[in-house]
Amino acid sequence: MHIMEGFLPPLHAAAWGAASVPFLIMGSRRIKRILKEHPETRLLLGASAAFSFVLSALKLPSVTGSSSHPTGTGLGALLFGPSVMAVLGAIVLLFQALLLAHGGLSTLGANLFAMGVAGPYVAYGVHRLMTRLGSKGSIAIFSATALGCLATYVVTAIQLGLAFPDPVGGSAGSILTFLSIFALTQIPLAITEGVLTVMVMNFLLEYSRDELNDLKRFSKRSKREVTA
Amino acid sequence: MKRTNVMLLFVVVMMTLLPLVLPSLKGSEFAGADGQAQAMITTIDSNYQPWFEPLWEPPGGETETLLFALQAALGAGFLGYYIGLKRGAAQQDKGRKHHETD
Repeated sequence: MHIMEGFLPPLHAAAWGAASVPFLIMGSRRIKRILKEHPETRLLLGASAAFSFVLSALKLPSVTGSSSHPTGTGLGALLFGPSVMAVLGAIVLLFQALLLAHGGLSTLGANLFAMGVAGPYVAYGVHRLMTRLGSKGSIAIFSATALGCLATYVVTAIQLGLAFPDPVGGSAGSILTFLSIFALTQIPLAITEGVLTVMVMNFLLEYSRDELNDLKRFSKRSKREVTA
Repeated sequence: MKRTNVMLLFVVVMMTLLPLVLPSLKGSEFAGADGQAQAMITTIDSNYQPWFEPLWEPPGGETETLLFALQAALGAGFLGYYIGLKRGAAQQDKGRKHHETD
């Protein structure tokens, strides 16, 4: 899903950058508060970043005959809240843009919106919806993080479609073309990401109960503050 | 937890290996989707020129592989550290409880 350096027209690049900034601010505020109130969760925050680091470095083969990578952003979104992943995603994307020439600085905003905002928020939303509907545990985690991973690539296809409308089919036609490249390839990889996230969650439920309870209390409290 | 995770790991391995052995994909190079999208951009708009260049690029494929491996190693290293730490702490707790009941 990395749009290469210079491959989005300046206006589009700036607009997606501007769209990502509020989430970065919200995310860093939330991280600051979580670490202040529950400093013992900082290792788990590091582990969430590490998960995204590994997964976005692995270019896996897909049944479409091309390769792509998962994003690993769903785990942190479910644990710490989606806005936190804007910050962690920015770290991953900066590493790749500066050291690997994968993605880029000019396209950082767009890539961040896809990977650090859209994916995590979809994962978080699907998880909330499914638990509210009574689905429990692994199924909700799997569906949420797999769909979040897929959403990232759908957003990338939309970004490219808007920037490069097809001379005949317009933006819609173009979006479909880019979807055929990204979304189909990503379906099996999204499943893989969902399964891997469930595995990590299984471990955390057994060994990191205290941190999970802290984070649950934290998000309940901050939700109350918002509605109050 | 352990048995479920071993089974899930098996699913992940199978999902990853399947495309490599599918007869219909024989001869495929599994090129990156990012690269395909980039090629599609130039097909749609052949006049498009990237207006910004990477500040630094790995000199070749080998160095790029090195840096990708480094990224994965950093992540996996930290995850392994976290898992080991948590398991060690749990074991110590268990040992202490055991000791107290003795």
